Amino acid sequence: MVLDILSWIFLVAGGLLGIIGGIGIHRFPDFFTRLHAAGTTDTLCAALILIGLGLQSGLTLASFKLVLIFAFILFTSPTASHALANAALHGGLEPLLDDAEEEAGS
Amino acid sequence: MMYTAAALAILITMGLALARALLGPTVYDRILSVNMFGTKTVLLIAVFAFLSGQTDILDIALVYALINFIGVVAVLKLIEQGNFFTSGEKDEREVESE
Amino acid sequence: MTHIISLTITLFLLWLGLSGHFEPLLILIGVASTLLVVFLATRMEVIDHESHPIHLTVRLLSFWGYLAREIVLANIDVIKRILTPGKSISPQMITLPLPQKSDLGRVIYANAITLTPGTVSVQLDRDTITVHALAKETADALATGEMARKVPDDGTAAG
Repeated sequence: MVLDILSWIFLVAGGLLGIIGGIGIHRFPDFFTRLHAAGTTDTLCAALILIGLGLQSGLTLASFKLVLIFAFILFTSPTASHALANAALHGGLEPLLDDAEEEAGS
Repeated sequence: MMYTAAALAILITMGLALARALLGPTVYDRILSVNMFGTKTVLLIAVFAFLSGQTDILDIALVYALINFIGVVAVLKLIEQGNFFTSGEKDEREVESE
Repeated sequence: MTHIISLTITLFLLWLGLSGHFEPLLILIGVASTLLVVFLATRMEVIDHESHPIHLTVRLLSFWGYLAREIVLANIDVIKRILTPGKSISPQMITLPLPQKSDLGRVIYANAITLTPGTVSVQLDRDTITVHALAKETADALATGEMARKVPDDGTAAG
């Protein structure tokens, strides 16, 4: 019963994080900032959902597979992000940068 | 019940990612969205495995996580070079010698 | 040699975990396939301290603990910025020195930067790394070099 409640919390929190990340890639102004929003959903959202599922399966082979899925996502996600950012920079995409006006404003 | 809620949340995220992929504006935005869509697909398959009670389906999620990554890198390579067959460094040397 | 033994054990445990079969015949087949993969890897000469860094295991584990905390904190920060109405971001492009001596240390550092939301490593050169940060604060936090010091680095010269 306690596990069920914990699972609920983890799954809902993970789902919400995913949606927030989805909003993020629409809200942020350019490609490089959207990359950060997508990174959010890749790490913590996946972790929370997989932990939530792992609590339901207990110590079984299913949990082992969940850990493996998480490890794969954790290893491949930064590589893909880096490759994307690098390709975008070499492809001539100028990142939208913030200069002195923000410092004066904040 | 909780699996349904998680699956719905993931589906909404996938919808948002798909919208970004359709809107663009640059090709990199689209690849980013497709990458995110793929990661969410992995999670959706994992949730579906528990929803249907057949945890064997997790194997599919595992394979999808790998294929998604390779697919994204392959598409990036295609866009940067125009084809799959040459290495990036060789291209640069060819450009310099021309 | 220790690398080969450790790789064999890791691969076999992976096979066991993924297959879920514990009958003698199938385990024998699993052992055979494991040995075949190790044999191929040995022939390809891809087993070395870089592809299978067992000498870093302890430091890697403690680094992952630190990284997990950083990721959660950075996630909360990025989520706040997404949900804050108006202009909440101040994108920065900064270049940082790479203190790691080995290629492996550099890759771990670059991956750790990218894995932490709010910072993405864009370009990796010999001695410097170019990072795109979502906000000035995250860029400043990274520039203090706290994460760079915690990255496990085996200290051998880069190959």
